[in-house]
Amino acid sequence: MSADPPLRPGWVAPEVADEFPELGLVLTDADARGGRTMPHVRERLRTLSNRFTGARAVTLRQEPVPWAYRVFFRQAGIDPDERRTPIEQIAIDRLTHGGFKAAGRVDDALLIATLETAVPVLAFDAERLDGELGLRLTRSGERLGGDGRSLAGSQIAIADGSRAVAVLFGDTAEAVVPTRETKRIVLVAVRVKGVPAVSVEEALWSAAELLEESG
Amino acid sequence: MSEVLDRDALLTVTPVPGVEVDERAARRSLREQIAKLEAELGMLFCSTYPRKGFQWDVPSRGGPRILSTGELERLRDDLLDKLDHNRKLLSDRTYVEDLNRRRIEEMMLDPAAHKWVRIANEDIGEPGCKHWHVRPRYGLLGMLMNWWRVRISSGCPLARGRGRRP
Repeated sequence: MSADPPLRPGWVAPEVADEFPELGLVLTDADARGGRTMPHVRERLRTLSNRFTGARAVTLRQEPVPWAYRVFFRQAGIDPDERRTPIEQIAIDRLTHGGFKAAGRVDDALLIATLETAVPVLAFDAERLDGELGLRLTRSGERLGGDGRSLAGSQIAIADGSRAVAVLFGDTAEAVVPTRETKRIVLVAVRVKGVPAVSVEEALWSAAELLEESG
Repeated sequence: MSEVLDRDALLTVTPVPGVEVDERAARRSLREQIAKLEAELGMLFCSTYPRKGFQWDVPSRGGPRILSTGELERLRDDLLDKLDHNRKLLSDRTYVEDLNRRRIEEMMLDPAAHKWVRIANEDIGEPGCKHWHVRPRYGLLGMLMNWWRVRISSGCPLARGRGRRP
């Protein structure tokens, strides 16, 4: 049994930290082992589907961690009933499709980690990042991933040393999404006010463990 | 005297030269109010289930970004309006549902006085397809003889039908 991988905080630009003191990223690294869903993960998804009922989906927003993300969405100018929080989107997909769909090892790991902790976890290709990830406001005329769609100014984005690689709780630049050739993945959990550190740690360790297992 | 009664003049705060107004405390307070309102909306959302016709969306502000103090205030007000509106709507609905529950009891006691009345689970704020329907026993004969009864449906139809006949 391997030890839990070390976690490290991402940087936060002062203007973001000033407004949202408890907003932050927590990062860890994991070996990338892409490919198809493992049979035991498929079984785990099936079990989780059976346990996730419509009643749970309705009361989800009253649970402390999902509620914390809804609050952050409101405070950051996003309507959580229009653009769902990650855990609520998973709940809606579960009800729509009748179960959690396996979508490959990386996506499965992120899904299970988010589902079990309600903390959103993202994955980036470590080799395509320029330094550590953090949170900052986008600059006027900036493009997603450096050459993607143009971003509105002053949006909160996940960025590396040179460019914005994802809009917070929004889309991610194609260039940094893990592919079959990816060898190392950076797992990122977004922490907001009201989310206990233990939930964030659990989310990252759970995702990392699933990625390691799948090899 | 007219100066004393000039409310607008009283409410206008003249900035003191050399003193900077720190908005951070006000913004923090607004964010806390928004969090509290979101919690109350969440509770109300669960209370309204499975009723339909409630609107929960509060327009987004093009986020994720840092909202200005004015935008936070407007958001707080919008959430409050939504909460008030939905609370009143729920109150009205529960009143009507209570009347419907009472009506079901009356239908059961005296079906002939409630001919053809049909009340569904939805009318009493409950999930499912069950309904209470006052119908004549034996069809036309029951109508002529005034034999009325309450027929209670067995629930929602099965998704895949009843299956093959044995």
